[in-house]
Amino acid sequence: MEVGQMQRRLVEFTKSLFMEGFLDGQFLQLQQLQDESNPDFVVEVVSLFFQDSEKLLNDLTSALEQQNVDFKKVDAHVHQLKGSSSSIGAQRVKNACVVFRSFCEEQNLEGCMRCLQQVKQEFYLAKNKFETLFTLEQQILAAGGSIPATEITSF
Amino acid sequence: MGVTAASQFHVLAVDDSLIDRKLIERLLKTSSYQVTAVDSGSKALEFLGLNEQQPRNANATSVSPSYHHQEIEVNLIITDYFMPEMTGYDLLRKIKESNSYKDVPVVIMSSENVPSRISQCLEDGAEEFFLKPVQLADVNKLKPHLLRGRSKEHHPNSENRKDREEILSPERTRTRYDVPEVI
Repeated sequence: MEVGQMQRRLVEFTKSLFMEGFLDGQFLQLQQLQDESNPDFVVEVVSLFFQDSEKLLNDLTSALEQQNVDFKKVDAHVHQLKGSSSSIGAQRVKNACVVFRSFCEEQNLEGCMRCLQQVKQEFYLAKNKFETLFTLEQQILAAGGSIPATEITSF
Repeated sequence: MGVTAASQFHVLAVDDSLIDRKLIERLLKTSSYQVTAVDSGSKALEFLGLNEQQPRNANATSVSPSYHHQEIEVNLIITDYFMPEMTGYDLLRKIKESNSYKDVPVVIMSSENVPSRISQCLEDGAEEFFLKPVQLADVNKLKPHLLRGRSKEHHPNSENRKDREEILSPERTRTRYDVPEVI
C-alpha cells in the first residue's frame, strides 16, 4: 500500500472515531501539543492512560467485591478515571464514568456493577481503537510519509 | 542581576494525576514556561520551603529587593482542586498566608463545575479557575498574571487593586462546549 493510500485510510479512521464518539475535541488538543521536539507526546500520554487505568479498573473491581462496599472510595476511583479519560479525549469512557458516579452517589451496588462492566467495555474498545490509530501512523512514518493533521472542518 | 528581565517564567504545577501533570507540563512548556510539577500539596509546600513546622523568617525578604522569594523563584502556581490529603484550596490558603509567596498568582483547576467552589477560590485569592481538561486557550490567560507579578517585582509598591480587577475576565468559568459537535 502506498503512502497516499495509508494516509487516506488514517484520515477516514480518525474521522470515524470522532463520528462514533470515541474521541472528542480534547484529542485534537493533544495532537496540537505534539511537535518535532515532542514527537511521541500523544502516544506517551495515551499509553500512560491505559496503564494507569488498567490498575484503576482492578482497584474498582475489588472495591465492589468487598463485604461492605465503600462507595466513597469507589466514587473517588471513578472520578479519577473520568478525569484522565477526559484529559485524553476518550469520550465514551468518560461518559460511562459519569453514569457510574451517579450510581455511586445513590450507593446502588447493582447499578455500580453494571456500570463497571460498561466502563470496562468502553475502555477495551477505546484501547483497541487507539492501537489501530497508532499502528496506522507508524506504518505511514515507516514508509517515509507524514501524518496528516486532523481537520475538524471535514466533519 | 539579570534575574528578572531575560529569564523564563517559572510555574509550579500541582496535580495528583500523572496524566494531567504530563498534560499541564506540556501545555506550559509549549508556552515557553519553565515547569516544576509535583503530585501533592505537601510536596508543593516542601518545594517552596513552606514546611508545616514553622513559617520562614519574614525578615529575610528585605535582603534583596528585586527578589522577594526565599530560595525559589516561582512566578505562578497552578493546582488541581481535588487532591487527597490537601486540596488545591487548602494549598491556596497556605500560600496566601505565607510571607514569601502570598503575591504569587495562584490558579485552580477542577474537572467539576461547582459555582460555590469557584467563587470561594476566587474570593480567597485565586486569580483564575480553569475547568479541566485545561487547554491552550486557558494557558494563554496566564500571561497577564505573570507579567503583572513581574512588574511588581520591579515596583513592589505599585500593587494596584484596580489593575487587578481589570485583568480579571467576567467569565470565570469557561463555557463548556463540545468540539466538534458530531452527530
